[in-house]
Amino acid sequence: MLPKKVKKRASLLAIFLLASVLGVFLILNTLNKNILYFNSPTDIKISQDINYNKKIRIGGMVKKNTLEINNEEIKFIITDFKNEISVSFKGTIPNLFAEGKGVVAEGMLKDKRFFEADRILAKHDENYMPPELKNILSDNAK
Amino acid sequence: MFNFFHNSNIFIWIEKLINFINSIFFVLLLVALSFALIFSPPDYLQGDSVRIMYVHVPAAWIGLASFTVIAFLSIINFIFKIKNLTLIAKSIAPIGLLFTCVAIVTGSIWGQPTWGTFWAWDARITSMVILAIFYLFFILTHKYLLEESKANNVSSLIAIVGLINIPIVKYSVEWWATLHQPASIKISGTSSIHSSMLMPLLLMFFVLILYCALIFLMKYKTEIIRIKKKNLKRI
Repeated sequence: MLPKKVKKRASLLAIFLLASVLGVFLILNTLNKNILYFNSPTDIKISQDINYNKKIRIGGMVKKNTLEINNEEIKFIITDFKNEISVSFKGTIPNLFAEGKGVVAEGMLKDKRFFEADRILAKHDENYMPPELKNILSDNAK
Repeated sequence: MFNFFHNSNIFIWIEKLINFINSIFFVLLLVALSFALIFSPPDYLQGDSVRIMYVHVPAAWIGLASFTVIAFLSIINFIFKIKNLTLIAKSIAPIGLLFTCVAIVTGSIWGQPTWGTFWAWDARITSMVILAIFYLFFILTHKYLLEESKANNVSSLIAIVGLINIPIVKYSVEWWATLHQPASIKISGTSSIHSSMLMPLLLMFFVLILYCALIFLMKYKTEIIRIKKKNLKRI
């Protein structure tokens, strides 16, 4: 049999732990929208209250064969394979930015389909492999 | 049986373990580093900057694991008040904080060439910073609360609250949209990291765990010496 003191401390701790789990859960629930680092094009499409003067981030994949680079700007389409947003951007892009790869664009929405970015971040996936293997894989895919 | 757990017995074992780790640590470190920096292939996309992973990922794992250990020790401690566990929890904290900071700093350095930014307040990075803050508070309570039983209680509670943050760090990349990519190595299922890169990663992890153990044992030894010298707080 455990001493009474130990039991008391154990139950105290259990209540304390339960309360703090609940507290953290409530905080995270309230912050839910703000924890998201970026919105997907679908989020933008369904959201009702868009502030066009506030900076937001949009993330997704750079749609294949849509990347246009000319002297003044870079244009591409961000897609989440359901909805799309056209993005234009002036500035330097990170090394890992490429068609078919993940991207996060920071800037302002002009309307629901057009986004003017002032910063581009590359979002890379969790796959790591040597270049030789990648070549073999892409050869096989052809 | 209980004689084994007597402080002077533990002391002898710590000495032996420290000597043992010291004798193999540098050789293993050289082997692991040469695999990580020279023999492993570059990534198909990131090139050589992927090599930061071999420090970044083990450091983050150790940071998380150390805090989990501290938190569970604190739970037992809070209920049963076992003196030795307090010392162990207290001794793990500094090295855990160090590795958490290493993970944050290397992540920041890695972020610049890959993502295009040093810092992003996404869920993974923010929760990692919160983890470092919990470590800091845990260490500071032991430094600044002079009454020992009070310091133990407060630091235990800090560690136990901090335990809630651990699954948040782990699953942040799955629950929310983050800039940080999801985990490559899964406990169940296949890993999305090629074996030629997984091997050096695990090797580095093993070596850094050894380093972690070494620092922990030295700190633990200091704590025991302090008790032997009748609670001498500073040397």
